[in-house]
Amino acid sequence: MHIAIIGNGISGITAARFIRKLSDHQVTVISAESKYFFSRTALMYIYMGHMREVDTQPYEPWFWEKNRIGLVQDYVKEVDTQGKALHFTKQEPLKYDKLIIACGSKPNKFGWPGQDLKGVGGLYSLQDLQAMEEGSEGLQRAVIVGGGLIGIEMAEMFHSRNIPVTLLVREKSYWNMVLPKEESEMVNRHIKEHHIDLRLETELKEIVDDGTGKACAVITNKGERIDCGYVGLTAGVSPNIAYLKDTGIETQKGILVNDYLETNIPDIYAIGDCAQLREPRPGRRPIEAVWYTGRMMGETLAYTICKKPVAYDPGIWFNSAKFLDIEYQVYGDIQSKAPENHAAVYWEHKDGRKSVRIVYDKNSGAVLGFNLMGVRYRHEVCEKWLAEQTPIEKVLTNLGLANFDPEFYDEYEQDILAIYNQQAGKNLILKKRRGLSRALEFLQKTGSA
Amino acid sequence: MTLIQKIGLGIFIIGLLIFTASLGLDKYELSADSLSISNEYHAAEILEVAEQEGMLGQTYSSSFDFISAFKGVLKKAQTSLNTKAKENGVPEGVGEWDYKMGDWVLKDYILFTTKKSATGPVSNNPALFLFLSIGLGIIGGLIYIFPKFKLFPGIKNDRIYHRPMTKGIQFSVRSFFLLATTVGILLYGVYYMGNEYFWPALTAVVALLIIAIIWFVEDQRKRQPARSASVDFSGWLGILTGAYLIGFYVLLYWKAEYITPWMIIADPLSLSLSGNEASQWFLYGTLYTVIVLVMGVRMFTKYMHNRYQLIRTGSVMFFQTAIAFLLPEILVRLNYPYYDFKNIWPLNYTFFFDWNIQNLVNSGGLGIFMLGWGIALVVLGVPLITYFYGKRWYCSWVCGCGGLAETLGDPYRQLSDKSLNAWKIERWIIHLVLVFAVIMTMGVLYSFLPKEGAWFNQRTFLGLMIVLLLGAMSFVYLRWRKDRFNFSTLGILAGWAVTLILVGVSAYHLGTGDGKFLFMSSGVTRQWYGFLIGAGFAGVVGTGFYPLMGNRVWCRFGCPLAAYLGLVQKFKSRFRITTNGGQCISCGNCSTYCEMGIDVRWYAQRGQDIVRSSCVGCGICSAVCPRGVLRLENSAMDVNTRATELRALHITEEEVSII
Ligand SMILES: Cc1cc2nc3c(=O)[nH]c(=O)nc-3n(C[C@H](O)[C@H](O)[C@H](O)COP(=O)(O)OP(=O)(O)OC[C@H]3O[C@@H](n4cnc5c(N)ncnc54)[C@H](O)[C@@H]3O)c2cc1C
Ligand code: SF4
Ligand code: SF4
Repeated sequence: MHIAIIGNGISGITAARFIRKLSDHQVTVISAESKYFFSRTALMYIYMGHMREVDTQPYEPWFWEKNRIGLVQDYVKEVDTQGKALHFTKQEPLKYDKLIIACGSKPNKFGWPGQDLKGVGGLYSLQDLQAMEEGSEGLQRAVIVGGGLIGIEMAEMFHSRNIPVTLLVREKSYWNMVLPKEESEMVNRHIKEHHIDLRLETELKEIVDDGTGKACAVITNKGERIDCGYVGLTAGVSPNIAYLKDTGIETQKGILVNDYLETNIPDIYAIGDCAQLREPRPGRRPIEAVWYTGRMMGETLAYTICKKPVAYDPGIWFNSAKFLDIEYQVYGDIQSKAPENHAAVYWEHKDGRKSVRIVYDKNSGAVLGFNLMGVRYRHEVCEKWLAEQTPIEKVLTNLGLANFDPEFYDEYEQDILAIYNQQAGKNLILKKRRGLSRALEFLQKTGSA
Repeated sequence: MTLIQKIGLGIFIIGLLIFTASLGLDKYELSADSLSISNEYHAAEILEVAEQEGMLGQTYSSSFDFISAFKGVLKKAQTSLNTKAKENGVPEGVGEWDYKMGDWVLKDYILFTTKKSATGPVSNNPALFLFLSIGLGIIGGLIYIFPKFKLFPGIKNDRIYHRPMTKGIQFSVRSFFLLATTVGILLYGVYYMGNEYFWPALTAVVALLIIAIIWFVEDQRKRQPARSASVDFSGWLGILTGAYLIGFYVLLYWKAEYITPWMIIADPLSLSLSGNEASQWFLYGTLYTVIVLVMGVRMFTKYMHNRYQLIRTGSVMFFQTAIAFLLPEILVRLNYPYYDFKNIWPLNYTFFFDWNIQNLVNSGGLGIFMLGWGIALVVLGVPLITYFYGKRWYCSWVCGCGGLAETLGDPYRQLSDKSLNAWKIERWIIHLVLVFAVIMTMGVLYSFLPKEGAWFNQRTFLGLMIVLLLGAMSFVYLRWRKDRFNFSTLGILAGWAVTLILVGVSAYHLGTGDGKFLFMSSGVTRQWYGFLIGAGFAGVVGTGFYPLMGNRVWCRFGCPLAAYLGLVQKFKSRFRITTNGGQCISCGNCSTYCEMGIDVRWYAQRGQDIVRSSCVGCGICSAVCPRGVLRLENSAMDVNTRATELRALHITEEEVSII
């Protein structure tokens, strides 16, 4: 059987690797962007000079040959679902028995005037990075539109080269649709202390042409003109599926798939950023454009194809990011506007760059989520607490089990518990401090997930 | 770069230039006083010859001219003493070699006479030059570093791959450097060993064998280790730095007579510490310590936010300054033997040499304690502490080589080669060096023993060795069969081959009772070890290649103690680097900044704990990870299953589950 995979990102590559692990099917991975799989999440580090492009490739070139995973670098123009073939811009068509679509996203553009000028670009692909690199030569200022995770990465990138940056954010506070108020404000402060010009409640109205087809300024909704040589568009991403228009594959925002990641057409599957679940699990979004969901989908699908059908289960939500120097981790259900039944313990370090928020259910007392800034927590421990709906007091008195900060770091569990004690008028005492043995003991305890 | 930093850099460069230039500022003139030779026959003869040759009182403008003239004089003096001895016999009551001049004394004669014969600005004002070179270097370095304390705490790797100093060089250039240096050392080795070809040839054969195994047997030919090399030639500043360091080490180890002005510069310091004049080793120790301290401060600025890094760096700075540098000098001042309490055999390969043991034994209670301490570290300290904390307790907290790598070498850590190829080569070389060190030391111990007689003689030694070797190898083999040890079949076969050869040869000696050990006299073996491993590998390649192959070339490929610590770490230790569930985004920062060339990401992205014999526990992978995925941890809970994928997100036959 020949399995063709469009897209060599994390989801396509994970599918290919696991298909190879589980079977002897012929596998071909296609991407127009690059021959070898690289980590998209590391794009910023190439620009900042932390790594070279090769360093972002998780596997050496021989890996693909050794594992008999065919690589094709070409653009798929058209999918012939009837004849089961792919048509390319350059090479001959390729027949497949099963097709996995893992073609990822593209940056959103909302029809701004001037959005296609030279010196305007998103940050998604190696080609985008190339454009940024070229645009950086002698650059006096960059304006970035959109206050999400990629926006702040782009700001950090220009900043690392001492290029002044203005960051336009539509909301009242940075990423406040996701981050609770305090955390969002912490990031605002941090952006400003890095001397990045943060403009809240400011939207892009138009990008100005300098007369040669190149951007020279932006005009905001407040009518202000900001001169700049580069405009970064980072107002989110959406599935990159225009080329599938007339194939009969059912799409909405993304490619619609069922729990088994199957599209409406037999033998065609979609995974990763481009897949839209028809029935997402409660509390989850139909498209989750993050790294690990792509990885899990790839692995699940390989199982479905090679062994037996397995439904995609993303488990308990988690994610991580980094806002300049502040690391961010989240486990479970953290809402920016806490619903009625959510209560929280919130602790913030006096340096204003670290905080821990633990959310629990007011009524049942079960822990619901962890939101961490500048502090690292152990994934498995948090997950087990969440899965078992552990009472908040049990979580807090054992909080050391979750601590994943490096050795010799200050431990804040005592302070966090003190806040709860004060809020609840209790006198709980911290039982478990940081340590691997204790954490392992907890994780290996029988009778739990 | 701020203005202050530019000034600092300027001062540093001036210091470096003066330091370098000081080698050529003095003139040289031989006189009866400057002849630093205590043997009266030799001194008298040399003076006479020098007089005849017109060398006395003549001024030479460079050390090159002076040394070549002086070598001529020594040669003549040697021949004439030999003829005299032949014709008239050696004077009554004088040993043959106290009268005749052996080749082995020449090196020191040249070195110290050259040093003494210098006249000029440097030798007249050593303290001034100490300040103008090393002093300015320190001041400039610190002025450059200090403003960085004002930056935000956080990862500071911006533009490392844009700088000509730290971006590395093209693979082909790197290979050229490595090849040229290796061949150069081997050729020089022939000369160094007194035109003996055996050892240099053996080394070359072993090197070719390793390459052949990796290329053909393990079929890695096409797998270019390109993951550490820059794409072009723009890393020129790194190449220059590497060349400077390589040159420095070559002079230091083998041609110290050309760097006597540096020894003169270090004299004031040495006199005040131990009361002796500075040798080239004192000069080296001083520079080493100063560099560890200054670059240690740089580490403080770079990892302000990471207390593990701060404490660890403080620790290597302390051990280098107090234990490796000051304490031995103070011991010498108090008439005790020179002893570095933290230097462990087999890194400290001279520990079991006869002169060292005699020296210690003859120095009373403290000496005996030192001997016991050294042995206890090898047999108890290493396995025990490594069991509890991993090899990091030594490699990145205590060791001097590690200390230099973690301070001076930090800017180059990203240049280590992460390819699978490099890992394979590493495992062959480092374990062979360990075998070499053990054999050499056994040869030395063997040579102490009586041939016959006493209950423990050379025969018992050989017998015991055969039993131990076979026992150890069988143990490893059985454990391997049970899948407890993770070696390749080829590795096990190689282990058997080495064991059987050693056993066979030992049995042969046991049978013939010829008093040799593995066909060799221990003197030659140890001379070659000192030359090749002690100087060539640890110094020239180990440090000279920082800007070319990363900062742990020696620790990763060559150090026999690291091999020993690594075996303990791999097979019986609580230490591992844990991976935080599914948080890894495969970005590659951890692998890039792992100085040991471990592909940390390979494990992290699968949710697998990292247990690698080479990991020195520097903690940088954990520090640079932008997603908080890695943590250095110890636990006895699961010592034998540390690296399973147990805690990864995965799917089993039965269900999809997130463990
Ligand atoms: C700058 C940046 C930072 C990010 N950081 C994080 C992070 O920290 N954490 C996190 O969880 N997520 C992060 N993400 C999101 C994450 O990278 C994506 O969710 C993930 O890469 C999606 O993987 P994928 O395999 O679905 O698709 P992709 O990685 O997009 O791969 C799809 C590939 O298919 C190719 N392709 C598409 N169409 C065709 C065609 N017709 N013919 C040929 N080839 C085609 C594309 O060129 C692309 O190479 C980040 C994304 C970006 C852009
Ligand atoms: S794996 Fe991490 S701790 Fe170990 S040597 Fe590499 S960077 Fe240091
Ligand atoms: S462990 Fe951290 S640094 Fe390493 S690849 Fe994963 S996210 Fe990147």
